[in-house]
Amino acid sequence: MSSIESDMQNYKELLSQYLQTRDEAILYQAEQFSKQSIQQNISPDEIVNVHYEALEEVMPNMGERVRDSFQFLIETMIAYGLAYQEHQVLREKQIELRSEIGVAANMQETLLKTTVPSDEKVDIGVKSVPAKEMNGDYHHFIKDEDGNIGIAIADVIGKGVPAAFCMSMIKFAMESFSENEINPQRVLDSLNRVVGRNVEEGMFVTMFYGFYDTTDHQFYYSSAGHEPCYILRYDTGEFEEIDAKGLLLGVSGEVSYEERQVDVRSGDLIILLTDGVTECRVDGRFIEQEEVLDIINQFAHLDAQGIVEGVFKYFERLQDFQLRDDFTLLVIKRKD
Amino acid sequence: MKGTLSSVVIKQEWDIVGARQAGRQVSQDLGFGSVDQARIATAISELARNIYLYTEEGEITFEEVRDIPKVGLKIIAQDQGPGIKDLSAVMRDGYSTSGGLGAGLPGVKRLMDHFDLESDENGTKVTAIKWAR
Repeated sequence: MSSIESDMQNYKELLSQYLQTRDEAILYQAEQFSKQSIQQNISPDEIVNVHYEALEEVMPNMGERVRDSFQFLIETMIAYGLAYQEHQVLREKQIELRSEIGVAANMQETLLKTTVPSDEKVDIGVKSVPAKEMNGDYHHFIKDEDGNIGIAIADVIGKGVPAAFCMSMIKFAMESFSENEINPQRVLDSLNRVVGRNVEEGMFVTMFYGFYDTTDHQFYYSSAGHEPCYILRYDTGEFEEIDAKGLLLGVSGEVSYEERQVDVRSGDLIILLTDGVTECRVDGRFIEQEEVLDIINQFAHLDAQGIVEGVFKYFERLQDFQLRDDFTLLVIKRKD
Repeated sequence: MKGTLSSVVIKQEWDIVGARQAGRQVSQDLGFGSVDQARIATAISELARNIYLYTEEGEITFEEVRDIPKVGLKIIAQDQGPGIKDLSAVMRDGYSTSGGLGAGLPGVKRLMDHFDLESDENGTKVTAIKWAR
């Protein structure tokens, strides 16, 4: 209250000085005054009233009509004042909500943490970055007792909080499978049933599951409607698509997924990705798939982590550092 | 010490103006300044519009309240309409303003010093008080 009164005094002095001098410096002080008022949550109707009261002292002979016109102006400003106050409250709520989502995102990160297996035969690199705070992409590694590696990469259609919830469920379902049951077809068959039972209609999940046999370097894989993946052949420098037929998870209860296999030769690079990589948008257009492969090729001489970091940096910059969709790129390079 | 100063029946849109007029008169008599008068009038508008838009008929009553040494104006808006189902939702910011309908009940709460809301299937009663400075 007292601060409003002292501001009021201040305003009156500024006003009378300005009316005498028309000095720019006074206008600058008026600008400072309005900034202070905003900080103190003083609404526009109060400022109009302050002006009116100051004017009454500075110009005591103000006519009745002018007085009435101020009443009119104050009346029309009341709704603006309310809108302003509501805006302040909503802004505070937004900050609160943001910090809650931040906490949830941290929890999700901890929850979905997976360790990239280190292996003397294959080199694995992965980069997963959410478009918003929470990630609707998912990847997971598992190593069985013979040293073979199971790799899952999945994408919930949609992003943000609902997608993240769905991902957490997939993670717990995957954990319930035993370590020696990491056969791609079987994993997707079981997951399909879990998703069908627990996810509302209209939420879809795609997943690519691969199993790398480190003894004879065969890569077995199944796909539930996931983005096609690739293998870059070291000797020819050509990309081959690795894709298997299969419906998205949860669409139909009784589905048996196709399983395929590919022979991995020395120096070959397996590339698994989500549509955040291939559907990267630049200036309103989707970039071509060849462009994505070209970029991967440019970094292919690096180690696995170097490749994914390099590709991510390239696309991040291309999209002006604002990802439109969650981005996950995972590569497996046969060493010897 | 309190007493009814006046009351206005709200049935048609122009009754809103009548309620504002009556509210302005009593707030002037109680010594409210011009900004507070404008705030009270806006609050009355919101309450009267709610009655006009959502119910057949209602009434706005003005009472003088005293809490020595303060003097204030109590506005009671009462109707026999269908009631408000989700009270928390209508009191949430952004619920009514987003549709451009006005300040809504949260606006009334802001404009006044005290605010209370009761509603069931037999009607709604809003009580609001503004203290003169």
